[in-house]
Amino acid sequence: MSFLIVGIISVFSNFVSSKLTHGRIHNSAIAIFVGLILAYVGGTITGGEKGISDISVFAGLGILGGSSLRDFAIVATSFGAKMSEIKKCGAVGIVSLLVGILTAFIAGAVVAIAFGYTDAVSVSTIAAGTVTFVVGPVTGAALGAESTVIAISVASGLVKSIAAMLFTPVVAKKIGLNTPRAAMIFGGLMGTTSGTTAGLAATDASLVPYGAMTAPFYTGLGCLLCPSVLYPLMRLFLS
Amino acid sequence: MIYGVALLSVCMFIGSLIGNLLGLATGLGSDIGGVGFAMLLLLLLLITNSNKITKKLPEGYEKGLNFWKEMFIPVIIAMSASQNVFGAVSGGGLALIAGIASVLVAFLMLPILNSFLLKMALLCHS
Repeated sequence: MSFLIVGIISVFSNFVSSKLTHGRIHNSAIAIFVGLILAYVGGTITGGEKGISDISVFAGLGILGGSSLRDFAIVATSFGAKMSEIKKCGAVGIVSLLVGILTAFIAGAVVAIAFGYTDAVSVSTIAAGTVTFVVGPVTGAALGAESTVIAISVASGLVKSIAAMLFTPVVAKKIGLNTPRAAMIFGGLMGTTSGTTAGLAATDASLVPYGAMTAPFYTGLGCLLCPSVLYPLMRLFLS
Repeated sequence: MIYGVALLSVCMFIGSLIGNLLGLATGLGSDIGGVGFAMLLLLLLLITNSNKITKKLPEGYEKGLNFWKEMFIPVIIAMSASQNVFGAVSGGGLALIAGIASVLVAFLMLPILNSFLLKMALLCHS
């Protein structure tokens, strides 16, 4: 059933891409968009957390799109990637991870403060959520944040990963996201594995392995840095 | 074909083992970069020692790898359909703006970092 639905979405998005947009919008971008709409519909019907796959007939989509098969397929994309590109950019990947976590944290903190949060624990937790939706609750739990703040941090991370899926193909050309090197930096800056890989897939599938090489380290590094380094820094600014 | 899939599983297993050990070592208890390590391992196996190792692999192993490589897009479509979009949209204005802001910042930083790092790399080589 899940393969049938994915198949139908693919045929539909192929048609829309080639006939209605004359190839200007990548068919994967349309397919991902359709998927997200279905996920929203599923969420409104069931109130669950797994989109359309919370409806039992569509449960297979949750398995096909779950993290284990996703990771398996991501690893397979590296078959055919160029080792030389990755060797050249190893250090670039590390720098982009650090810059990515720091800038996402700052962006989240600024928005949280703009919305009236003033205590370092809440601001840091929401900021950590904009790093990824895993880093938010991990940081919040470590700092003892309120559950409503943790919920906001998770939601921020979800918005980030969905926004990355939707907007990456739109801006890719403008930001020079067309080389393996840029894709590696992009993976380090964006971090969410689902957002990065889906965004790259909707842009140019051959870039996926490079972005997927750096992105998986982002959440781990974020869980490490947010409570231990960035929260103490935040306390210097907010008492 | 199964050989390729098995090879993929070996890489996946070792990668997540390294990721989990790294998680234990740092006290986070989760998998840190397991997928990245698995990808590196597959690349190292198939490219660096291409003559030594790929000759020993049973014929047709590429089919298994290519199958999963092709399956990537369908998996991503299924993944997008299983996202908590409802949760993201109903998370309120703060979550919406914070999430979008962080994506925009990443978009902004890409060309800056890309050209900056390129300059640094050029300096190192000369």
